[in-house]
Amino acid sequence: MKPIILSAFLALTAVPAIACETVTAGDLTIDHAWSRATIGASRPAVFYVEITNAGAADDALLGIATTAAGMPMLHQTQVTDGVASMPHALSVPVPAGQTTALAPGSYHGMLMRLTNPLKEGDSFPASLTFQNAGEVTINVEVLSMRAEGPTCSHAGQ
Amino acid sequence: MLTRRAVILGLGGTTGAVAFMLGLGWWRSRPEAQPSAGVLPVPFGEMAFTLTDHRGNQVRPTDWLGQPTMVFFGFTWCPDVCPTTLSDISIWLEDLGADADRLNAVMISVDPERDTPDVLADYLSNFDPRIVGLTGSLAEVQRAASGFRARFEKVPQDADYTMDHTAGVFLFRADGHFGGIIDYHEDRRFAVPKIRRVLD
Repeated sequence: MKPIILSAFLALTAVPAIACETVTAGDLTIDHAWSRATIGASRPAVFYVEITNAGAADDALLGIATTAAGMPMLHQTQVTDGVASMPHALSVPVPAGQTTALAPGSYHGMLMRLTNPLKEGDSFPASLTFQNAGEVTINVEVLSMRAEGPTCSHAGQ
Repeated sequence: MLTRRAVILGLGGTTGAVAFMLGLGWWRSRPEAQPSAGVLPVPFGEMAFTLTDHRGNQVRPTDWLGQPTMVFFGFTWCPDVCPTTLSDISIWLEDLGADADRLNAVMISVDPERDTPDVLADYLSNFDPRIVGLTGSLAEVQRAASGFRARFEKVPQDADYTMDHTAGVFLFRADGHFGGIIDYHEDRRFAVPKIRRVLD
């Protein structure tokens, strides 16, 4: 029984999801970078990520760049009187000592003019530009269209 | 001594009740707690629109009478709110188990220009198969939105456009009367109990 459980555990942990990879830059820890599969390349895709700022100084995410899309932008979903809109965000605050999440219904990257359709299981690199930490590149995992986020075994998920 | 304690307890109770009423008043006057300026969606029997579902069938609101129904407005070019809502609805339907089979789950496209029945079918194939997508002429979609007191607006974006739209999920009882709304930013744990209330 024991070896079966152990091998099952190894099978689950042998290939950690890309979205569970962690990248650090100075005081920032960046992980849970994911997107949703798209139908074709004409629809905008989405980009979500979590940024933990362990430092004493505030930082800010100023922009994203990726080969996956010709026009990636930062947006924020806002609901006013029940009506959702997605204004462009000039920057996303990354306050000291806090985790900032680009997450469904909140701040997110909007990837317009996709180079190719995003397929579940694919990944693509995205460069994030921070006011203080500079540029950081992370691999973004493409999950299914109905995914609500990556499942990671480490803390914070 | 006993009297004094009773008075203190009484005062405490009154203060609690006043605080509760103030809390309730605050909640009721919050604009986002109401679908649209405090006007509730009309019953299905009073709505008048004809749309086409993602299988090509004509659908009228009276077709939903006899079963509880949940409806939300969205569009398939929407990267954040709509896939999240469709994913939420898919999870709720699974959580409801067999009860979900006697529930109409409907997405009305606010972007009929791009969302043809075929486009909706392709998109919805990624979510729970019980979700029905509706589209039609802009005029019919506007008639539908007005019955729900929902709003939508085309917003230019780059060389393209996006849609602002009412994001909550409307719940209706089997008799076609409005039974509540699941707000977009509401705690998702309350969703299934809310749906169960219109199922009973």
